[in-house]
Order: sequence, then C-alpha cells, then structure tokens
Amino acid sequence: MYDKHIIYPDSLRNLDNGGFALGVRLPYYRGQPLSVVEDIAVKVDGAAVPRDQVRFSVRGKTFTLDQLEENTAERWEFGEVADVSVVQAGGLAAGAHEVEVGVQLRISYLPWSPVTTCKRTETIAA
Amino acid sequence: MNPTHSIKRGVSLYSYQYETFLRKMTLDDCIAHAAGLGARGIEVVSEQSFTNFPDVPQAEIDGFFASIEKHGAYAQCHDMFLDTKLYKHRKLNFDEMVASLQRDLRFAHRLGCKTMRVIVNTPPEVVVACVPLAEELDIHMGIEVHSPFHFDHPWILRYTELTRATGSDHVGYIPDMGMYIKDYPPVFRDRFLRMGATPKIVEFILEAHKARVLPDYVLMDVRKMGANPVDLQMAETLRHNIWSNPRRMLEFMPWIFHIHAKFYEIDDTGREPSIPYDEIIPVLIEGGYTGHLSSEYEGQRHIEDAFEVDGREQVKRQQQMFARLLGETE
Repeated sequence: MYDKHIIYPDSLRNLDNGGFALGVRLPYYRGQPLSVVEDIAVKVDGAAVPRDQVRFSVRGKTFTLDQLEENTAERWEFGEVADVSVVQAGGLAAGAHEVEVGVQLRISYLPWSPVTTCKRTETIAA
Repeated sequence: MNPTHSIKRGVSLYSYQYETFLRKMTLDDCIAHAAGLGARGIEVVSEQSFTNFPDVPQAEIDGFFASIEKHGAYAQCHDMFLDTKLYKHRKLNFDEMVASLQRDLRFAHRLGCKTMRVIVNTPPEVVVACVPLAEELDIHMGIEVHSPFHFDHPWILRYTELTRATGSDHVGYIPDMGMYIKDYPPVFRDRFLRMGATPKIVEFILEAHKARVLPDYVLMDVRKMGANPVDLQMAETLRHNIWSNPRRMLEFMPWIFHIHAKFYEIDDTGREPSIPYDEIIPVLIEGGYTGHLSSEYEGQRHIEDAFEVDGREQVKRQQQMFARLLGETE
C-alpha cells in the first residue's frame, strides 16, 4: 500500500562520503519494529545495488540491513521518512535517474511477506 | 434518536490513514472530522497515531485527550497487534505473547479505552491468560472475527470454547464486516482490470463469487482458462472476500463488544455495493447490540493507484448511511 508514495519526492542526493541517499516511507498502515524489515532493495537506472551497500537511517541512527533484522527496540514509524543510502565510491552523475525501491516486511498475521515497490525518476542537481 | 436501539456511532482512525500517512491530516483533524459527523466513539490504531509504541511520549497522549475533549468525542477502542514474528528466526513464546497482550491492555487503559480489539492471530490461550488483568482494568477484549475467519471457523470455535469457559464478561468478539461480502467489491474488480486482468476471466470470477464457489476450485478453473498472474491474484482474493450470514451474530450478541464497520466504498447512491449494511444493521438492532458501529474505510488501497483518496468524504457517506439505517434521520 501507498506504493507510489514510498519514495519521498525530490529526495535523491549525493553524499559527501561518495554515496547517495533518498527518503523512503514505510509501506504499511502502522509503525513497525525495525526487525521486521526483511529487505530494502534499491535499483538505480535498472542496476541493483548489492544488499551490503544499503544503509538505513532513522532519527540520526544508521543501520546495515542485517543490523535492522536484529533490532527490535527501534521503530520505523507510520508515515515517517527514513533515509536509505548507498555506500559506494563516487555518487550519481548529475541529471535524471530512475530509482526503484522495494521494501519487504515480515507481518505477523500475514502468511506471506509483502513486498512494495516504488519507481520514480529523480534528479541529481548539476 | 430511534428508541428501539442504543447503537452508537464511531470512527476508526484507520479510515484517514492515507491522509495521515501523507501528513495532510493531523490526529486532531481526524478526531474533529469524526466527531463532527456525530461519530463520537474514537477507535485508535495506536501504532499509527502515536510514536515509539508502547512507550508513547506523554505529550502525545495529552494531545490526544485535549483533542477528544475539544471535539466532544471519547476514546473508545484501541487496536492491538501481536508481533509473533518479531524475531526472524523464532516465534514469540507463550509468556512473551501474554506479556505483549498485557502491555496493550495497559496501553488501552492509559488511552481511556474500555474496549480493545485483539487481532485474530492471537492464540485463544493467550487471551484467556489475560482475562484477570482485563477484568481488573475493566477493558473488554474482543477477538477480531475477520475474514477469512467467521463465527463457525475452527479457530474461532476454539476461541469460543476456551474464553467462554472463563465465565468472564470481559472477553468476546469484534466482528469485522469484511466477512459479509455479498457482492464482489467493484473497487477490487476495477483495480485488477487496470493491472491487466483478462476481462473474460474477471467475469468468470465475479460469477463464481456470486455462486459462492470454493476459491480453490475457481483457481483451478481460471488456470485452465489461461489466467495471467493478475487473474490468479484476483481469484486468490475470493479466499478473503467471503460471505457468511450476518444473522449468525445473533447467537454471539452478548459477547459482541464492538463492530468494525469495514467498507471499501460508499457510492454516489449512498450504498456500500459489496457489504449489505441494510441487512446487517437490522440484525444488530434485533439482537439488542449496544456497542459502536466504527467506520473502517479500507478502499483507499484499492484506488490510490488511479484516483485521489478522500477518506473524509467516504467516512461522511458511511456515517450518513448509518444515521439513516439507525433511524436517526427523517
């Protein structure tokens, strides 16, 4: 749900450390403990980012996806925009990029594990 | 007010989730809207309306009470969840589940709710173990009877058996009207067509729903018809869009604390095209139901890809329908 709103508009940017980041909202109708976030899959211009290069930050704390799965104390709140960043040498070139984010959650009362994907064209300022 | 019943109206703030998700409505806006329609019983999906659950900052709770008071509403029901899959590699054990449910009872109490929706995946033994605390806090725990479950489903029968044996009047049911899908919801049909369902197969599925054909059989049939993945997905929804007879609630009425008045849309004629509230509400009146009809708008997720969501308009339409069917108007 909220598929087209998962990527926060106009949030793609390069980071000082060489990677890039974008704002992402939780595709669910209630806030969740971080441990139920099974995966955040990022694609840029059709190319998948390796899982171990993805970071998740919320309220000033940053986690790898493996760390998310272990964290039952912190939460990703309803409607809250988290930062999903990619660690890599060199940011994205200036101009338009097609970014795709897929979020997979482990919802206790559902027998399946829902995946929500959102694709947007975002621009890196020159 | 119609003297033949004392059914009350309320709204689950779930209904405004799309607007709150996008920060177009605040908690105060939601309460103001519901109360402004005369639906003064406020139901809260607490993990949607508050942060850092269950250790919600007191300022947020104070703000909630301030809104409630300002708009002449009252806190009515807290919806709890049981995160049985909190840990990746194991399920919560019995003691952890009991602790989780007790935590929610205390939270409902903090919020001033006298009713708590217990999510349907909660094992009945866990609910039974929490009955003493529910009695102490005077909170009525109602297991959500939610499609694909219904009152005659083995899981609900087990729940009935075990909770009834406690003799407590603080444990019962919260039926979700999504188990009374008499006609296949048009918003589902239209979304599947937008996604690329095959019109001929869509027609077949609608006919099968009307005839109450077992979903597994429909799935086999549509596979033979050359169903694409969207067709199959639509056929799968028959598992959840069940019809059971609302009159079945009569037998359980003394233990029905609250009604989740689920709806997918109220059309321009003021009707829910799939859930027959004109059949359901007379059953509640006949059974002497005294709780709330709590609007739960769930159509947003089926139209958001193509249309503007307007939770306010939809809740307003449903509340107008309730006022009419409850004899409050005319």
